[in-house]
Amino acid sequence: MSVDNRTVAKIANLARIAVKEDEIEPLVGELNNILSWIEQLSEVNTDGVAPMTSVVEVDLPWRADKVTDGGYRDDILANAPHAEHGFFTVPKVIE
Amino acid sequence: MTELTKLTLSDARDGLSKGDFTSRELTEQHLTAMEQGRELNSYIVETADIALEMADEADKRIKAGSATGMTGIPIAIKDLFCTKNVHSCSASHILNGFKPRYESTVTSNLWQDGAVMLGKTNMDEFAMGSSNETSYYGSVKSPWRAVKADGSLETKDYVPGGSSGGSVTAVAGDMALAATGTDTGGSIRQPAAFTGLVGLKPTYGRCSRWGMISFASSLDQAGPITKTVRDAAIMMESMASHDAKDSTSVKRIVPNYEHALTGDIRGMKIGIPKEYRMDGMPEEIEKLWQQGIEWMKAAGAEIIDISLPHTKYALPTYYIVAPAEASSNLARYDGVKYGLRVEGNSLDDMYKNTRREGFGAEVRRRILIGTYVLSAGYYDAYYLKAQKVRTLIAQDFAKAYEKVDVILTPTAPSAAFALGEKMNDPIAMYLNDVFTVPASLAGLPAISVPAGLSREKMPLGLQLIGQAFDEETVLRVGQVMEHAAHFTAKPKIWWGAKS
Repeated sequence: MSVDNRTVAKIANLARIAVKEDEIEPLVGELNNILSWIEQLSEVNTDGVAPMTSVVEVDLPWRADKVTDGGYRDDILANAPHAEHGFFTVPKVIE
Repeated sequence: MTELTKLTLSDARDGLSKGDFTSRELTEQHLTAMEQGRELNSYIVETADIALEMADEADKRIKAGSATGMTGIPIAIKDLFCTKNVHSCSASHILNGFKPRYESTVTSNLWQDGAVMLGKTNMDEFAMGSSNETSYYGSVKSPWRAVKADGSLETKDYVPGGSSGGSVTAVAGDMALAATGTDTGGSIRQPAAFTGLVGLKPTYGRCSRWGMISFASSLDQAGPITKTVRDAAIMMESMASHDAKDSTSVKRIVPNYEHALTGDIRGMKIGIPKEYRMDGMPEEIEKLWQQGIEWMKAAGAEIIDISLPHTKYALPTYYIVAPAEASSNLARYDGVKYGLRVEGNSLDDMYKNTRREGFGAEVRRRILIGTYVLSAGYYDAYYLKAQKVRTLIAQDFAKAYEKVDVILTPTAPSAAFALGEKMNDPIAMYLNDVFTVPASLAGLPAISVPAGLSREKMPLGLQLIGQAFDEETVLRVGQVMEHAAHFTAKPKIWWGAKS
């Protein structure tokens, strides 16, 4: 499998990364290089093999569904590039 | 006064407890060395005021008789760890100006034990790299330079390895007694090997990942970078803990790792995987590995040939799993909550411009790969396939450990290379981690121990891979190898001279 200009533009959009028109071509080459290299996995027989979900054998920990922490509004907003009245602010999204 | 920066962590600990010197003296000497070593670019931020304050606290504690092995020890912290109110950006522009309001669990544990923070160390951006050349804050220069045929020192700069390149440079350049690193596919072990240090990646789950800036969550682990195996044991004990804030951290008692250093490996079974003998591997690496085998035999261990048949698929598996996880982890950087924001005409444009400006080329490349392999129609062919091969790789190790206690391999396929040499070929760069990635995919503990010098007098390391949560055996065998190798070389100081 390989990617073309259209696919690269599409995944850049999905990843929300601006890509200039003249950068797409070199990216197609770079990504295809890497993709053709990882393609070698297709020669491994994985019939009946379960995909890895956890590298160490542990049971997922459980806890009661209770609020145990919180109340850090100002700490959370402290690093925001823009914050007003106790909220994060973003460019206008409703016309 | 003798140069305290030349001490090992364990010697410093003993000297502090005997009252030979104070943590303040020890810390001040390191701060001076850091100033002289600035051109190596190992620290992004120096925290001298915090360091001195912590040193004074440690001195009080030592006097009061409540010191631990880490009390008063000046260490460097990789920029990937969140440290309260101190620059923590994973060497990325996208976290520009980020000062967390909380402390990572690993660093909390170290401060609790009285360690002293010297500063935050440079690294590959988001830990994505094997040469520390992808940092927004510039490349790190290794303290080591090759020796030319005529015996003179090279004048060009070498990479320290990556991604924990700043951490190893700080320790190898005597600008910290030890440092924290993180390892996703080899980021502790490979740079340790490149700079003549000990680097330990513990079992996945041994250290809490809380407060570590995520790269690939199923692989990321914190670990110590030190001058000796004993130092690694002391620091590991402080870093490890169970943490309710990280559901993958494991509820197991943290052993006294130093007690594991008995020096006795008689009868121990050491596995030698034939698949690690790669085509085109430099002869000096092969020879070093053979030397390691001889050392193990001489110490009374039994050598057993083993097979890890899926080894050659580990790197391609890694380069699906890690970018996939990175692409979702790094989705959080949106110009809203923290770090950089680059304005645009719409919310979407703001996201796109921010992420374009904020991420460097390698990080963007991996996000795109990750997005592609997770996208509709390709998920099964790439991601699911890779997770299945990962199961096979873990099974290879499980089978091997039915016959052996620990596995011996080289750490990296070469010595450190010159700055810029591999930057234009991503796959050549990725191949640096060919021997470290399999243990990462299987979550196993592994250590790199300095074992010799290349023809050009650059450090080379050997790796020991252990069974899950058996850091003790890894450390014990590691120390026996360290003593056999008797690696005493230090980089010749070429930096800090006034021009």
